[in-house]
Amino acid sequence: MASFWEYANPRKFMATSAFLLPWTAGIAGLCLVTGLVWGFFFTPDDFRQGSTVKIIYVHVPSAIMAVNAWLMMLVASLIWVIRRHHVSALAAKAAAPVGMVFTVIALATGALWGQPMWGTWWEWDPRLTSFLILFLFYLGYMALWEAIDNPDSAADLTAVLCLVGSVFAIISRYALVFWNQGLHQGATLSLDREQNIANVFWYPLVITLAGFGFLFLALVLYRTQTEIRARRLKALIAQERMA
Amino acid sequence: MIGLLKRDLTLAIRAGGGFGLSLAFFLIFTTLVPFGVGPQTAILSDIAPGILWLGALLACLLSLDRIFQLDWEDGTLDLIATSPVPLEGLAAMKALAHWITTGLPLVLVSPVLGLLLNLPGPGYLWLMASLVLGTPALSAIGAFGAALTVGVKRGGLLLSLLVLPLYVPTLIFGALTVARGATGQDALTPLILVGGITLGSLAILPFAAASALRVNLR
Repeated sequence: MASFWEYANPRKFMATSAFLLPWTAGIAGLCLVTGLVWGFFFTPDDFRQGSTVKIIYVHVPSAIMAVNAWLMMLVASLIWVIRRHHVSALAAKAAAPVGMVFTVIALATGALWGQPMWGTWWEWDPRLTSFLILFLFYLGYMALWEAIDNPDSAADLTAVLCLVGSVFAIISRYALVFWNQGLHQGATLSLDREQNIANVFWYPLVITLAGFGFLFLALVLYRTQTEIRARRLKALIAQERMA
Repeated sequence: MIGLLKRDLTLAIRAGGGFGLSLAFFLIFTTLVPFGVGPQTAILSDIAPGILWLGALLACLLSLDRIFQLDWEDGTLDLIATSPVPLEGLAAMKALAHWITTGLPLVLVSPVLGLLLNLPGPGYLWLMASLVLGTPALSAIGAFGAALTVGVKRGGLLLSLLVLPLYVPTLIFGALTVARGATGQDALTPLILVGGITLGSLAILPFAAASALRVNLR
């Protein structure tokens, strides 16, 4: 088995990701179609929530991936800061908009569900609010990438921002719990319980979870490839100018 | 390092600008609130803790981009970076100077503005205590944000976008301290948490700010 660090080499990364991309995209599409169709059309309505319960097949996976995307950016930023692998910095940059879109999806589907169920589109609940703040963090991170011309400085500064932001995001999360007890239910999925939700809802949910995970992977691979190509193009143009 | 602090303070006082401006902003902000909300004293005293904290926070934000910008433009920052003073120390001193010129005056005038907003009696002590403990965190976080954006032209808006989400925990606990203090509930717990955030920020952020400065000076 080759070392994981081999993928710091852009050429190696491009080759492997070109091989992986159709597979991850295919699995993502398959899982999403199966999970969503199963979830939407072949599960019974909840006896209290009616058919609105089915929004969890979009809401829960996108919310989980929104947080995981930030974690992935954190790990990629750490790798960049410690080992200076450019691919890692570019992967963090590529993941940010994807994570931001997942955050927006989670917020929007939550609002759509909250309107009939809680009778309100928005509530200053800790979970909702911390997602809104996560969204702001994504915005700031992306804005900083855009604002700095030198790619290496941009990578360094955004990495520092990501590290500091993570610490403050966690503090905010607990501060918000202290601030307002909230309306949102507790975690639907956790490992320490025998059964979280009834199996009829559970199986399609697992499939959509996998689907969103692979979708994230495919999008990040694709966007990282684009970033690497853009970087190569820039280098080529610079070479032309020098010659 | 003490010399750096003295230099910053002298500059702030003699060059004017930042010193009085953020105070004036704080005053205007608090004056405008009743125009927006209405002059009912009951409502005002309900929202006074949050408004005062928000005003202090925004007043701090206004002067942040000046922390490193001027020194960056005239090259002083490069000179300091080549001097034996560590950049971490520089960042800490800059944050301290910012706090002395904006945070401390804000704390001192806050009771007067509390009076304007009809803050209930027991709240004043908690207001000052939470601001004294909380504004150093605002300055430290702000210095970090300023260090990140020092190389960006017209970085003021970007700076607010980066810094405001980081202000969330401080604002929550600070405003909660005052709100609880004003209504006679237990205000010590959030006050201690404000202090904790400040101490944590002071311990970590000068290092983050210094690493950002190093990148920008490269």
